[in-house]
Amino acid sequence: MLNEKNNNHHQNNIVYDVKKLNLWYGDVLALKDINLTIRENQVTAIIGPSGCGKSTFIKTLNRMVDNIPAVRTSGEVLYYGTNIFSDTLRVEELRTSVGMVFQKPNPFPKSIYENVVYGPKIHGISDKKILSEITETSLKSASLWEEVKDRLHANAYGLSGGQQQRLCIARSLAIQPQVLLMDEPTSALDPIATNKIEELINELKKYYTIVIVTHNMQQAARISDITSFFLSGEVIETDATQKIFTNPNDKKTEDYITGKFG
Amino acid sequence: MSESNHVRDIIRNNIKHRKNRLEMIMPKLFLIAGSISIFTTIGIVLTLLIDAYHFFEQVPIREIFSTKLAPLGVNPSFGILPLINGTIITSLIAMFVAVPVGLTAAMYLSEFSSENTRKIIKPVMEVLAGIPTIVYGFFAYSFVTPLLMNLIPTLEPKNALSPGIVMGIMIIPLVTSLSEDAMSSVPNDMREGALALGSTRLEVTLKVVIPAAISGIMASFVLAISRAIGETMIVTIASGSSKNFTLDITQSMQTMTAYIVEFTSGDAGIGTGYYSLYAVGLVLFIFTLIMNLLSRYISRKYREEY
Ligand SMILES: Nc1ncnc2c1ncn2[C@@H]1O[C@H](COP(=O)(O)OP(=O)(O)O)[C@@H](O)[C@H]1O
Ligand SMILES: [Mg+2]
Repeated sequence: MLNEKNNNHHQNNIVYDVKKLNLWYGDVLALKDINLTIRENQVTAIIGPSGCGKSTFIKTLNRMVDNIPAVRTSGEVLYYGTNIFSDTLRVEELRTSVGMVFQKPNPFPKSIYENVVYGPKIHGISDKKILSEITETSLKSASLWEEVKDRLHANAYGLSGGQQQRLCIARSLAIQPQVLLMDEPTSALDPIATNKIEELINELKKYYTIVIVTHNMQQAARISDITSFFLSGEVIETDATQKIFTNPNDKKTEDYITGKFG
Repeated sequence: MSESNHVRDIIRNNIKHRKNRLEMIMPKLFLIAGSISIFTTIGIVLTLLIDAYHFFEQVPIREIFSTKLAPLGVNPSFGILPLINGTIITSLIAMFVAVPVGLTAAMYLSEFSSENTRKIIKPVMEVLAGIPTIVYGFFAYSFVTPLLMNLIPTLEPKNALSPGIVMGIMIIPLVTSLSEDAMSSVPNDMREGALALGSTRLEVTLKVVIPAAISGIMASFVLAISRAIGETMIVTIASGSSKNFTLDITQSMQTMTAYIVEFTSGDAGIGTGYYSLYAVGLVLFIFTLIMNLLSRYISRKYREEY
């Protein structure tokens, strides 16, 4: 599927291998026969018009769709070779390895510090010294440390929207996941805050594998290595971002990126 | 086009000739209706204050804060502490029952149960809340007390424990329903955020939802306490009228409310004993007022949290 001439991404390890994934909400088929490979230390962007199944797809990757009672799936999602739907895999274990950042910043109504250490704490780290080290590294990785280091015990809701979103990123990083899933992480933010998050993503991809949903095509073009175009629950085309935005294989992709619909 | 102009003409015409009499009268009616409750409250408080004043004129303050209550004795003594003690102890027993059970049920309903279970349990809870307290009193006296006597042989037929427990059962729906409201109003993104960090449902409930809803939950406890403090029938029936000043919950104790019942239904006459009712009523009023203010204060804080 990938255009081999245009990139050497095949050298990166496979993180997710999605095979023939179907997902139903009750009787409604929302994801149809999805095949997609996600590789280490790359930013994979999922683009497509509203309602095409982007959120559903990304929420399947850490099984957040489990929370919706009527959801059924078929097919396989292999995460480093393990099917995430298999009974032997604890969903909590998957989620400590695969972090998620949501569309609307959702810090807990606690202090900045308590937000960051929430994950480490529930997973059994109680040493104060380790926790404050984690706080500092995570906030630094999320480019938030300088802005909040003097008020770590202030309520997270005192932060601006962009800061809150970076706090949510720091909160995810605090348990050192392998993958970060981001569902339109900047759609609730102003352009300056958006820019900061995009810079951050560029930085983070050195250490993490990132899957980002965006309906902003410029954003996908700016920050991603691979872009996958979804339409009506189907993957139309997945390719190197540059290829998708300059010379897509599929007519529908071209129509979408040139703004003919969506 | 002509049709819509036609509508316009009708409306213009109507608004010109509109009678505003109802608009003038209704707000005044609302004001009167509102005033009735305010004046009634003021009237009640005034009656309490005036008659309590008569009592305080006749009884030295040191006697009031003594532990000896013997209003009908040859040498009457009006220590109020046994009543306050009885009220606090029965209310504490009630909270001991209502808080754990009510909160657990709220956690279950808000975070674990399916939509269908909730649809069954909530109405059942409301039925529980609608049972007249005299029935609970009867239940305490003729069912719970004998049951407890099997466990605690020294339990007196009238005691503080049994009505305390039954009051607790009575206020479970209050705690559950208000705590459940507070917990379900915690935004779902917070649960998702916690789940995405690998929390289990239980961890989400205990570490995220309850802390976020804590003020609403606390407010439900305070309301429950004031309900227990004001509860009358259960303690009158099942706790008896001994004016003991004791911490022994197997013994009979009298609460402030039960004292008032005893004296208004008996022959307290018009002497000091009669006025003591108002003093006790006043103390009771102050107790519940403080609780209400406390719960208002707590829920106001709660609104600012997220
Ligand atoms: N909880 C749900 N229950 C039923 N249908 C849903 C639910 N969530 C999403 N859908 C449907 O699934 C489709 C894909 O939605 P979504 O994944 O949110 O799209 P996107 O994120 O691309 O806008 C839509 O048709 C939507 O109506
Ligand atoms: Mg979406």
